[in-house]
Amino acid sequence: MTTLAVRRPRPPLPVIVVTAVAAWLVAWFANAPLADWAAFSLLRLERGSHLGEAVAFFLLDVPKVLLLLLGIVTVVTLVRGFFSPEKVRATLAGRGLLAGTVAAASFGIVTPFCSCSAVPLFIGFVEAGVPLGVTFAFLISSPMVNEVALVLLWGLFGPGIALTYMAAGLVVAIAGGLVIGRLHLERYVEDYVWQIQAQGRPIIEVRLTWADRLSDAWRYTRDLVRKITPYLLVGIGVGAFIHGFVPTDLVVSLGGRGNPLAVPLVVLIAIPLYSNAAGTIPVVQALLEKGMPLGTTLAFMMAITAISLPEFVILRRVIKPQLLAVFAAVVIVGILAIGYLFNLLIA
Amino acid sequence: MIRIEVLGPGCANCQKLASNAREAATMAGVEAQIVKVTDYREIAQHGILATPGLIIDGVIRSYGRVPSAGDIAAWLSEA
Repeated sequence: MTTLAVRRPRPPLPVIVVTAVAAWLVAWFANAPLADWAAFSLLRLERGSHLGEAVAFFLLDVPKVLLLLLGIVTVVTLVRGFFSPEKVRATLAGRGLLAGTVAAASFGIVTPFCSCSAVPLFIGFVEAGVPLGVTFAFLISSPMVNEVALVLLWGLFGPGIALTYMAAGLVVAIAGGLVIGRLHLERYVEDYVWQIQAQGRPIIEVRLTWADRLSDAWRYTRDLVRKITPYLLVGIGVGAFIHGFVPTDLVVSLGGRGNPLAVPLVVLIAIPLYSNAAGTIPVVQALLEKGMPLGTTLAFMMAITAISLPEFVILRRVIKPQLLAVFAAVVIVGILAIGYLFNLLIA
Repeated sequence: MIRIEVLGPGCANCQKLASNAREAATMAGVEAQIVKVTDYREIAQHGILATPGLIIDGVIRSYGRVPSAGDIAAWLSEA
């Protein structure tokens, strides 16, 4: 074995982990008093004024959300390392339709895939005999119930709405999977997909150490946070503006219960905002606070995460337009149903 | 000459992997040919479920994650 001079000397792993956790906790508990002090003592803004409230909101929310993302995404990525797509596939292939669909939707929470992986994943599932409906349940739930959205919801709205969102997402994925399974659309999968037979290539299983896993998780989280921070800043900035300046009457009259078209309208608005949960959830939070009903809010967020034009374009390579249309329709109808249902139930 | 195949449609992760592989070859001081496999059909035929994938001399060394240049260099010197 050749020794390669590529690793810089580092402090031992437990030292790094303990220091990082301690720094995180200090920052977390110092955030609220610091934000308050910065807005009202340092900048001398007036408590209760439009500008003062908007600035305090921004200074409190930006570090809070960034800390939550750094902490929780690192932990989730670490845990996810133990759920390989092979294990998921092996579990799903041997199950009944209902159990398989429920399991697929649940796996979707912990195993997101980047949209580049959608095609190999689809082919791999189908080839292993995972039923079509079960495969789609996974494809719906994985982007919709993702950890970034859940972390933002938990941090900005509280656990109640985060868990409601997760449950609603699972219901849409399970129902969607069952409907697609029932329709027997196998003929609308591109023919070549059925012909692919994976060659048994030799695989050298890389045994990952905890140090590897931690540094993988940290690198992933760092890149992700770096990528979404600009959107987050804009989103929280717009949210802060709404929080401080936009009158409640305006939001209620446009997005409130009085407007029956509010739910489809927000779904339509969400389509071009694809996957930009970081930029939109803070805005949505401010809107909810100003009187947008919960169902409309949930529908908006689900549409942002689940309806992705780039993913549809990529999936077109493995499924024919008819099946793609059914997939899109099932997701949209599911989201609309959740929106109207919650608006009806929670008065 | 070591043959390195990078499997992936060309998203950010695949490009990062290709550049890590190039860096690794320099690091390990080996001559390597880096081939990008972007066709989905071909990627699926290799049996990997998540991109990007890395194949060194016909052996799948990693998939679904971007190994560091240092890790790849170690694999190259084994190959």
